Amino acid sequence: MSTHPTGPIQITSPPKNRGEVPKDDSMVLQKNMIAEHFRQLEEAPQTRTPVVYTFVPGNLTELVRSFGALPVLPEINALQSGMRGKSRDYIAEAERAGHSEDVCTYVKCDIGQALAGNIGPTGTKLPKPDLLLLSYTGCYTFMKWFELLREHYGCPTVFLQVPYQGDGRLAPEHRAYLMEQIRTEVIPALENVTGRKYDEDRLRHYLSLSRQAEDDLVAVLETAKRKPSPIDAYFGAVYYVGPIFSAFRGTEDGVRYYHELRREVEERARAGRGPITPDGPLDEQRYRLVVEGPPNWTNFREFWGMFTAEQAVVVASTYTKVGGVYEFGFRHDPEDPLGTMADYCGGCYTNLNLPSRVDMLAHYVKEYEADGFLINSIKSCNSFSAGQLLMLREVEKRTGLPGAFVESDLVDPRYFSAANIKNRLESYLQMIDARRQGVGA
Amino acid sequence: MSRQEIVSWARSCYEDVRFEKPRAWLADHPERRAVGHLPVYAPKEIVWACGMLPVGIYGGGDQVEIIRGDAYYQSYICHLPRSVIELALSGRLDFLSGVLFPSTCDVIRNLSGMWQLLYEKIYVRYLDLPQIADPDLATRFWERELKTLADDLSEISGIRASDDRLRAAITTYNEVRSTMRALYRARGEAPWRVPTEEVYLLLRAAEVTPPDEFLAQARAYLAAVEEDTSRPKDRCRVIVVGSFCEQPPLGLIKTIERAGCYIVGDDFLLGSRLNQQDIPVDGDPLHQLAASLVRGAARTSVLYDPDPEGKPRLMPQQVRESQADGVIFAAPSFCDPALLDRPMLRAGAEKAGIPCIAFQYSENTGQFQQYRDQAGTFSDSIKLWGGA
Ligand code: SF4
Ligand code: SF4
Repeated sequence: MSTHPTGPIQITSPPKNRGEVPKDDSMVLQKNMIAEHFRQLEEAPQTRTPVVYTFVPGNLTELVRSFGALPVLPEINALQSGMRGKSRDYIAEAERAGHSEDVCTYVKCDIGQALAGNIGPTGTKLPKPDLLLLSYTGCYTFMKWFELLREHYGCPTVFLQVPYQGDGRLAPEHRAYLMEQIRTEVIPALENVTGRKYDEDRLRHYLSLSRQAEDDLVAVLETAKRKPSPIDAYFGAVYYVGPIFSAFRGTEDGVRYYHELRREVEERARAGRGPITPDGPLDEQRYRLVVEGPPNWTNFREFWGMFTAEQAVVVASTYTKVGGVYEFGFRHDPEDPLGTMADYCGGCYTNLNLPSRVDMLAHYVKEYEADGFLINSIKSCNSFSAGQLLMLREVEKRTGLPGAFVESDLVDPRYFSAANIKNRLESYLQMIDARRQGVGA
Repeated sequence: MSRQEIVSWARSCYEDVRFEKPRAWLADHPERRAVGHLPVYAPKEIVWACGMLPVGIYGGGDQVEIIRGDAYYQSYICHLPRSVIELALSGRLDFLSGVLFPSTCDVIRNLSGMWQLLYEKIYVRYLDLPQIADPDLATRFWERELKTLADDLSEISGIRASDDRLRAAITTYNEVRSTMRALYRARGEAPWRVPTEEVYLLLRAAEVTPPDEFLAQARAYLAAVEEDTSRPKDRCRVIVVGSFCEQPPLGLIKTIERAGCYIVGDDFLLGSRLNQQDIPVDGDPLHQLAASLVRGAARTSVLYDPDPEGKPRLMPQQVRESQADGVIFAAPSFCDPALLDRPMLRAGAEKAGIPCIAFQYSENTGQFQQYRDQAGTFSDSIKLWGGA
């Protein structure tokens, strides 16, 4: 899946003085963390630091880091390319090389980027992978993506099969299967490419850091239950989940970032203020919405602006759970390193079946006292999109609220129709108004 | 029975979108049950060992008008699931006691969840095929999955999948597969006598009829083919790749052959032939079933290929084995597995100097002119130049 968001920090800052973009401390912190990470990646060939490419859902960052390796998440490269206006060319490059118009645009964007010299989001060159850790967590495309990258880079690949929660739970035998794979496949592969021995104490330490950050992230996301909500749990939260979904889970930097973020958000909550959006603070909130599906990245700011213009705030989203679902109690457990990694992988949003996804959305609508919910269906993502029309009806049935359905794509700008989305959103919000006034309820 | 009668029987199975054949089988004994499965692979042996008829669900092809299915799927999702939903909502699948959804792609995976939401009383199982490189661990995982399936189905049918029943089912399906291999062999040796249309119809019949009925018909067909004295025509030999899930309309298969390309290799209905060798009947049957899939499955887009050379070598190897002249990549529109694999497979073919063409179709495609032109030109270029 998709993504993860370590977007350009400055767009979330309110322009208080003309030309001046003030930043919260957490924003500055995140920006510096990212810059430092990409600097380390650029220097990896010189410093002989091993590099492991892996996916956001089911990423084993603590384990990778315990071997002294640096993670790279190609989905993030792709979404960043989308935000920086580069994805159109990268996708065209991949299509010229024979990739179909009909498949996931993240893959094509990433392949196009690799073909064009592999320049990362901060403008520095990304190193080649020493290992592709194919964490097969809830998206078929992952398998093909790394088969394609394997051809491109000619590097070793290790496959981690994360059994899908077809029955709505991670069966004990599936958990055991995952643990065994980590022990007998993933760890030896990491030992091979890094030349280091598995160090469980170090791993436990990183897992304990993850846990602290996860506590803070959950606290941040749950502030959206307040009115007004001090955060936007979709457009704003994609920045919040950035560090924990990627290279910074299990790091001191990650802990610091979430601690600071929580402090800021709680302060905003105490002051009764809303989130800061690219168009200014959203303190007056007329609509509280739940959103399902990834955002569009090529027109991210425009997309968000449509909500802000209507004083609509997103109070919960499923997309911000693709790299881990924490709000129902799961935390990384340093006492059970392999088991906790298995639980983590199995529980990522992409790995949940449709009934569980419907339950989660209905739960959000109720718990966060939402006025409605919206599905952003992504053209080239079957993992998310197949079945969403039925999900829409099921959530409507469970909550008694009508839902909205819009369509776009992740990083292919050809499939973003602003007028269409805006119309649908406006009509939907008008419908909510009508219901409030008891018309057509 | 004449060859013509056999082909008509197979065609009637193929055209039977109300599933009258399995319904008739069920009606013979009220306690019988049937279990459907989506493409690509499902362990039919287990279903059969539980006294149930495995029924392949391959959508409605070009015969079912989509009335409700489009309300369930966006336009950018392949056609198969919407026609499967159409079949279900119109009551055509109401004879099934359960449906199995193999891990073919995310569309079929999510369809399993839709079934859970729409049909709470029907048994639904998602089958996560083994993907990892370590064959022992993969076998243990898959064996355990098979055991769960066997236990669940035994409960529904009231017939326990005992070791003896499982061995008998393995023997039966070994015969089915070996007969299918014989059909493919016959076609490869003399495609002018064994048109793909006929082989395909027989394979489709195998998806909805009890194995013994298919065996009788297919064996009779093979015997009839022996009598055929037709002469070869000046056509090239091709393999068709990418059609393992949503099936091409029959008209498209005929069009390719009539345009000058004998199909001598394909991945139509691949699930029934995924196990390439006989499964041993000694030892623990569930273990043998699991180990055979892990060690002997055909290479396909729906399974991870741990061998980095696997993809680039696959087309040259298949072309060699089928003595083909070229490859036609024919994939359903919006099909992730086929379309994501295509660049890797095509690059391997082209590197080996194998001529290729590619197109997309939908199960309900009704116009074949563009395919006729493409396949015709392809065939001419191969005949003239030995390649594109
Ligand atoms: S198909 Fe969807 S979930 Fe999979 S990689 Fe693409 S965007 Fe992510
Ligand atoms: S045609 Fe392709 S995408 Fe569609 S269900 Fe089949 S495998 Fe999946």
